Amino acid sequence: MHTSYVLRRLLQIIPLFLAVMVLVFTLVHLIPGDPVSTLLGDRATPDIVARANKELGLDKPLLVQFGLFVNQLLHGNLGESINLKIPVLRLIGERLPVTLFLTVYAAVLGVAMAVPLAMLAAVRRNTWVDAVIRAVFQVGLSLPVFYVALQLLTLLGARLGWFPIGGYGENFGEHLFHLFLPALTLGLNLAAILVRTLRNSIIEVLTAEYVDFARAKGLRGSVIMTRHVLRNALIATVTLLGLNIGALIGGAVITETVFAIPGVGRLMVDAIFGRDYPVIQGLTLMFALIVSLVFLATDLIHARLDPRAELS
Amino acid sequence: MTAPLLKVRDLNVRIPTPGGVLHAVRGVNFDLMPGEMLGLVGESGSGKSVTLRSLIRLHRPPIQMTGTVEYGGKNLLDSSESKLRDVRGGRISMIFQEPMSALNPVLTVGEQIGENLREHKGLRGKAAQDRAAELLDLTGIPSPRARLADYPHQFSGGMRQRAMIAIALASEPQLLLADEPTTALDVTIQDQILRLLLRLREEMHMSVILVTHDLGVVAQTCDRVAVMYGGRLVETAGVNDLFHAPKHAYTLGLMRSLPGAGEHRRPLQPIPGGPPDLRSLPPGCPFAPRCEYVTDDCRVGEPPLLEVAPGRFSACVHYSELPALKSTPEEVGV
Repeated sequence: MHTSYVLRRLLQIIPLFLAVMVLVFTLVHLIPGDPVSTLLGDRATPDIVARANKELGLDKPLLVQFGLFVNQLLHGNLGESINLKIPVLRLIGERLPVTLFLTVYAAVLGVAMAVPLAMLAAVRRNTWVDAVIRAVFQVGLSLPVFYVALQLLTLLGARLGWFPIGGYGENFGEHLFHLFLPALTLGLNLAAILVRTLRNSIIEVLTAEYVDFARAKGLRGSVIMTRHVLRNALIATVTLLGLNIGALIGGAVITETVFAIPGVGRLMVDAIFGRDYPVIQGLTLMFALIVSLVFLATDLIHARLDPRAELS
Repeated sequence: MTAPLLKVRDLNVRIPTPGGVLHAVRGVNFDLMPGEMLGLVGESGSGKSVTLRSLIRLHRPPIQMTGTVEYGGKNLLDSSESKLRDVRGGRISMIFQEPMSALNPVLTVGEQIGENLREHKGLRGKAAQDRAAELLDLTGIPSPRARLADYPHQFSGGMRQRAMIAIALASEPQLLLADEPTTALDVTIQDQILRLLLRLREEMHMSVILVTHDLGVVAQTCDRVAVMYGGRLVETAGVNDLFHAPKHAYTLGLMRSLPGAGEHRRPLQPIPGGPPDLRSLPPGCPFAPRCEYVTDDCRVGEPPLLEVAPGRFSACVHYSELPALKSTPEEVGV
């Protein structure tokens, strides 16, 4: 449908990419320490260090290094991990599906919790039901993700033994099982954000005149709630969801570390500790790309839900 | 004599507000005959729209509705939700003042007609599509089939009101409740919509209750008029009788505040003061504080609506002293 719009948005990613490239390259080289001394330790002799630096091209001036990086990138190559000796692209290919699985899983759980509870809170607004739902999620919102993760891990994982305390599993069913606690952690956080907004938009929509018109048409309550109320109330929520899925992917760094999940978040943490420049750069670019695509998808879905929205 | 289609008895609507309970409709009684077009007029806050909405129990808690609205031998105010839904939108339809806010912005006009056809006529798919296009055509929307896929915001104001009428008429109702359907439209479009309502009433043998604050609209369209003031009916009469000889001081005031047309041009005489506060009404006639005919008798108790001439009801102590007017519905209507 909006082909030219989509094309334009995709082209906009290019300047964003350039900016991210410069930024991440600069930041990475500003971090104190370097890959060689991290790899070889304190006792390496200066000439071993120098040889390693030469081998990795780290002895060249920064500008030259940047040029090489850009040149590589233009050839579709993100370089090779210094510590793992594996092409960064292959690393991403192995680890990204895990993170995406976790993100989608968390989003599904979050929405599945948020929508019915927001509806309930809105319909029973200003009663104790509403108060309890809002209070619980208000607390959930103020608890840091790593704390919730550790609590769930201790209670449902270690003490009760209902869920594994880490890992990813081998097949779809095992993925669902292994990633349940981390997805729940992220999902709760997401639901807390969504419930508030969705509850308020449902309450607002309920007072709209088209809801009275729908009632005057003799439609049953469930039809009015889903077709007329929820569809309108979701418009604002979809944008919020899109923004937060971006944050969710970034948040994977914490969750994947706590739950020992082999995703890109963990990879990023390891790469930063090991000063693995190519991996850090490659992952940052990948995050930028994914977030841009998620935002684009959000705008397209928003336009589908709201026929009045103009894509421009 | 034929039986009335709708019998309203002692209708009361109470709206709780932070400043106390607002008694918006206070013991309204009227009958509506099959095929009749009744105008319900009054100024803002007189309770006319609130009355109309309570006829199909559209108010939601905490708003309270009591009394009876008898339709088809049943009181709609205490029938079950499922029985009520058959009548609502089925036998009795309603159109609203502002089609832009009464039509759902995210559903196409076709979908919004289709809902009604499915709920009340059991039509789906192709049959529903065909019927929906027919309805748009009936209400005078050009190239109806193509417009089914359009959203409300793609229609002009007048077209939107036509579309809303098409939605309301999808179930072929016996009674159409019209809540100020032309107020939001400019005068030429207003005229077209009124003509459309008159034509559809003939073709579909419907009764219509038309709520309006515009006596011109009433003159142009209605058979009978019910005038509301302060949550009560203060006068009901045939439209000609009402315009020739109002039998309530408030109605007379309304007539005098209308601009005349052509040679009959005369200075406007506005009614002094404002509508009463329904949270704290004085004893006696609610219009008394603004009335030029007021005497002590008016302040004793609230005058009941009595038959003062065949087919004419008034709640005015001084109905017999009021002067006849030269105005005719035709003159007011244009």
